Amino acid sequence: MDAYVFLKVLWWLLLGVLLMGLAIMVGMDMGVGALMRFVGKTDGERREALNIVGPHWDGNQVWFILGGGAIFAAFPSLYATSFSVFYIVMILLLFSMIMRPVAFEYRSKVPTEKWRATWDWVFLISGALPMIIYGAAIGNILEGVGFHFGWDGQYYQTESFIWYLLNPFAILSGVLALSMAIYQGSAMLMIRGVDPIYSRAKKIGSVAGVLSAILFVVGGIWISAKTGYVLHDADPSMPANISAAQNVTREAGAWLNNYHSAPILWLVPLIGILAMLAGSFAMRAQKAGLAWWLGAISWISILGTVGISMFPFLMPSSDNPAQSITVWNGTGSQYNLIWMTIFTAIFVPTILAYTTWCFNVMRGKVKAPAASDDHAY
Amino acid sequence: MDMLINPTVVELSRLQFALTALYHFLFVPLTLGLTFILATMETVYVVTGKQIYKEMTQFWGKLFAINFALGVATGLTMEFEFGTNWSMYSHFVGDIFGTPLAIEGLMAFFMESTFVGVMFFGWDRMSPKAHLVVTYLVALGSNLSALWILIANGFMQDPQGGTFDPNTMRMQFTSFVGLIFNPDAQAKFVHTSIAGFVTGSMFVMAVSAYYLLTKKRRDIALRSFRLAAIFGVISTVGVITLGDALGYLVAHTQPTKLAAMEAIWETDPNPVSAPWNLIALPNREAQKNDFELGIPYVLTPLLTHSMDTIIPGIKNLEQDAKPRIENGIKAMIALKAYNADHNDTAALATFKQYEKDMGYGFLAKEFAPDQDLAKVDASNLPSVLDKTAKATIPNVWVEFWAFRLMVAAGFFMLVLFAFAAYYSLKNEIEKHPLFLKIALWSVPLPWIACEFGWITAENGRQPWTVYGWLPTFVSASSHSVSYMIFSLIGFVLLYSTFIAAELYLMFKYARLGPQESHHHGEEPAAGGGMAGKPAFAKSSMNRS
Ligand code: HDD
Ligand code: HEM
Ligand code: HEM
Repeated sequence: MDAYVFLKVLWWLLLGVLLMGLAIMVGMDMGVGALMRFVGKTDGERREALNIVGPHWDGNQVWFILGGGAIFAAFPSLYATSFSVFYIVMILLLFSMIMRPVAFEYRSKVPTEKWRATWDWVFLISGALPMIIYGAAIGNILEGVGFHFGWDGQYYQTESFIWYLLNPFAILSGVLALSMAIYQGSAMLMIRGVDPIYSRAKKIGSVAGVLSAILFVVGGIWISAKTGYVLHDADPSMPANISAAQNVTREAGAWLNNYHSAPILWLVPLIGILAMLAGSFAMRAQKAGLAWWLGAISWISILGTVGISMFPFLMPSSDNPAQSITVWNGTGSQYNLIWMTIFTAIFVPTILAYTTWCFNVMRGKVKAPAASDDHAY
Repeated sequence: MDMLINPTVVELSRLQFALTALYHFLFVPLTLGLTFILATMETVYVVTGKQIYKEMTQFWGKLFAINFALGVATGLTMEFEFGTNWSMYSHFVGDIFGTPLAIEGLMAFFMESTFVGVMFFGWDRMSPKAHLVVTYLVALGSNLSALWILIANGFMQDPQGGTFDPNTMRMQFTSFVGLIFNPDAQAKFVHTSIAGFVTGSMFVMAVSAYYLLTKKRRDIALRSFRLAAIFGVISTVGVITLGDALGYLVAHTQPTKLAAMEAIWETDPNPVSAPWNLIALPNREAQKNDFELGIPYVLTPLLTHSMDTIIPGIKNLEQDAKPRIENGIKAMIALKAYNADHNDTAALATFKQYEKDMGYGFLAKEFAPDQDLAKVDASNLPSVLDKTAKATIPNVWVEFWAFRLMVAAGFFMLVLFAFAAYYSLKNEIEKHPLFLKIALWSVPLPWIACEFGWITAENGRQPWTVYGWLPTFVSASSHSVSYMIFSLIGFVLLYSTFIAAELYLMFKYARLGPQESHHHGEEPAAGGGMAGKPAFAKSSMNRS
C-alpha cells in the first residue's frame, strides 16, 4: 500500500482512539458532575463526590483538548468545517465546558450555602450538556450535514440552527452518550467512594448500563433504515483537496454496507451490547473496577460501530455530496502526518505511563472533607 | 452559489477573538511565572529543610490555583475558536498550524494538567523530593505550552516551513525545522516566557508588600519579597533584551508593522540622523503625525542595530505594494482556471510565475467589484489598487501607542525591581513604607505590558492572518450576524462572571494571608493540600 494511504488510515484509527479516550475519561468526569447533586445529599457528600475525580479531572480533560488539536492538524478541513457548521451548538458546548474548571476550583472556597448551591447547578449543566452535544454531533454527522465549499476552499453553510437540535436521531444519540457517561461516572464513584454515595451510584449506574444497551440497539435498527452515503471509484491516494468533486451517491441503508461486505464486523456492536449488560451486573455484584473496564469497552465498541458504518466518510455533505469530507480528501499532507505520527509514538506511551503513576499515587477511598475545610474541592 | 463575505461578520469575529485571547492572556503570564517561583521556594525547602519555605510554597500555591482555573477555562475557548470562527484560516493553514497545537497538547498540557492535581493533593503521599520533581514538571509543562503556541503564532507572523500547493488549495507543511527554528517564534517564546516571570515576580512582590505594610507574617513576607525582587530584576532585564531582539526581527520580516510601531510616514533618506518618535499623534487621513517629538540619531541604530539601513516609511510601503497586488490578481485568476481544469498547464504556469504575490491578490478580493477578481478591469483597477495598498498598513495610532505603553511599563518595572532588590538586600525594606505602597499599586503593570504587547504583535500583523499569504478578511467563517451576536453576548456575560468570582477569591485569600491558613492545622509540617491545610489531607485523602 502507498505510504500516504497507510498514514491516512492510521490517522483515521488514531482519531477513533482519541474520541474513545475522550468519551471514557472526560465522560466519566462529566458523569460524576451530572450525578453530584443526586448521589450527594449533604454538602459533605457532594464534596466527597467531587474529590473522587478532583486530582484527575484536569488531566483527563486534556483528551478533549488533544482531540481538538489532533483533528486540526491531521484533518484540517474536518476541524474547520465541523466546528463552524455546528456553530451555536459548539458554542453552547464550549460555554458548558469552560464553566467546569471554574466550578471545581471555586465551589468549595466559600462556605455559604448559596455560593455552593449555585456551583452545584453548574456541575449538573457542565456535566450533562456536553455529553448530550457530543452524542448529538455524532448523530447529526450520520444524517449528513449542510455545507459546501467554494473553488478557493471557502466554506459555506446552509442549514438552520433548529434542525440540528431538534432532530430525533441526534437526540437519541445524545441521550445514549449521557447515559454512558453516567454509567462510567457511577463506576468511578463506586471505586473511590464510600456509603451512601457508593450505593446510590450503584443503583443509578446499573440502570444506566441497561438503558445504554437499549438505546444502542434502537439506534442500530434506526440506522439500517436511514439514508447513507456511498463513495464510488474512490482514489485513496488523491491529494487532500476538499473542493475537488468525488463520486458520491445517497442510498437507503447504505450505512450498513461495510457490515454486509465483512460480516465479522458485527462483532463490534455485539461486544458493546454485551459489555453494557455485563457491566450493569458487575455493578450490582459490587465489582466496581470490572464495571469501569466494561464501560470502557462499551464506549470503544459504540464509537467503533459508528466508525465502521461511515468509513471512509468523516462528514458527509447533504448539500453537495460530492464535497463530502472523507478519509481520502480530508487529511493533512503526507509530510505532516509523518511528523504527527512520530510525536504520537513518543508521547502517548509517555502520557499513559505518568498518568498511571498519578492515579496510583492518589488511589484509595475518599471521605467527605470537614465542612470548614476550604482547601479540598 | 457562493455568497459574499460579510464585513460585519469578519469584524465581529475579530472582536470576539481579540477579546477572548486578551482575556486568556490575563491568566497565562501568572501561571508561567508563578510555577517557577513555587518551584524555587520548594527547592529551598527541600535543600535546607526549613518548614517556612514549605509554608510559603503552599500559600502562594493556593493563589496560583485560583488563577490557574481560569487559565484552563479560557484556553479551551482558544482551542475551539479557530474552528468555530476562522474556518477558511483553519483549512488554509491547518496542515502546518495545527501541528504545533497538537504537539502542545501531547507534550505540554498533558504533563502540566496531570501533575497539577498531584501537586495540590499529593503532599503527604510522596517524599519531598518526589513532590519537588512534580512541581518542576508543572512549571516545565506550562512553559512548554508557551513554546508550542508561540511557534504556531510565529508561523502567522513570518510563515516559515510551508508553501502553497495548488493541488490541495492550501498551505502544506514542508519543513519541520523551518517551522520550529523560525527566529520570530524563538524570540517570541523567550520574550513571552520571561514576561511571565516578570508577572509572577510583581505579583509576589506586591502582595508581600501588602503584608509588610499591614504587619502580617513578616517571616514569610520578607522572604517572599526578596525572592521576588531578585527574580524581578533578572527577568525584567531579560524581557527588555529580548524585546529589543523582537523589534530587530520585525524590522526585517514585517516592515509595515515596524513603520506603524514607530509612526514613520516618509522614508528618511538619511538613516544616521533619522529621528525616533518618543511621542506622536498619527493621523491616518493626512498620512502624517499631527504632533511629534522625535529624538534624532536614535531610530536606525535602535531598530536595525546598524547605522546605514534605510527604514521605509508608510507612503513608500503603499507604493511598493501596488505591483505585488497586480501580480497577485493575475495569480488568483490563473489559480481559479487551473482549479477548474487540472490539465490547463498554461494557467498553472501563469500561477507559478506570480505565486509569491498571491496573498496580495487575495487581499484585493475585498475591494474588487462583487468581491470577484475576474471583474477587475482597466476602468476600476486604479481604485482597487489604491484601496488595497492602503489596506496593507495596520492601524498606526493603535500600534504606536500600544507599543509605547508596553515599553514604558517595562522600564518602570526595571527601576522598581532594582530599588526593591537593593532595599531588601540591605534589610531595610520596612523603613520605606512609601516605596512599599508604590510596589503594591504597581501590580497591574505586567498585565498592562503583556496585553499591549499582544496588541502590538497582532494589530501590527493586520491585514493578514498569515503575513503576506492570507488576509484576515477571507479567513473568517461565514456565519450570520445573529450567530456572532449570540456568542459575543455569551462570552461577555460568562467572562465577566468569572473575573468577578476570581477577583473576589483572589482578594479574599490574599487578604487572609498565610497566617490564617495554618492556624487551625495541627502542625504546619504535615501539609495537606497545596494550601497548607493538614486536616484535609489527614481526614479525607488517606489511603484505605
Ligand atoms: C496561535 C495564534 C495566535 C496566538 C497565540 C494569539 N493570537 Fe491573536 N490573533 C490570532 C492568532 C493568535 C488570529 C486568529 O489570527 C487573529 C484573529 C484575527 C486576526 O487577524 O488574527 C488574532 C487577532 C488578535 C487581535 C485582534 C487584532 C486585530 O484584528 O486588529 C488581538 C488584539 C489579539 N489577537 C491578541 C492576542 C493576544 C492577547 C494573544 C495572547 C494570548 C494572542 N492574540 C495570541
Ligand atoms: C490562541 C492560541 C491559544 C490556544 C489555542 C491556547 C489553548 C489553551 C488551552 C486549551 C488551555 C487549557 C489547558 C488545560 O486544560 O490544561 C490553555 C491554558 C494555558 N495556556 Fe493557552 N492557548 C493559547 C494562547 C496561549 C499563549 C499565547 C500562551 C503563552 C504564551 C498560552 C499559555 C498557556 C498556559 C501557561 C496555560 C495554563 C494552563 C495549562 O497549561 O494547563 N496560551 N491554553
Ligand atoms: C521595554 C522593553 C520591551 C520591548 C522593546 C518589547 C518589544 C516587543 C515587541 C517588538 C513585541 C512585538 C513582537 C511582534 O510583533 O512579533 C512585543 C510583544 C510582546 N511583549 Fe514586549 N517588549 C518590552 C517589554 C515587555 C514587558 C515588560 C512585557 C511584560 C511583562 C512584555 C510582554 C510582551 C508580550 C506578552 C508580547 C506579545 C508576544 C510577543 O510578540 O512576543 N514586553 N514586545
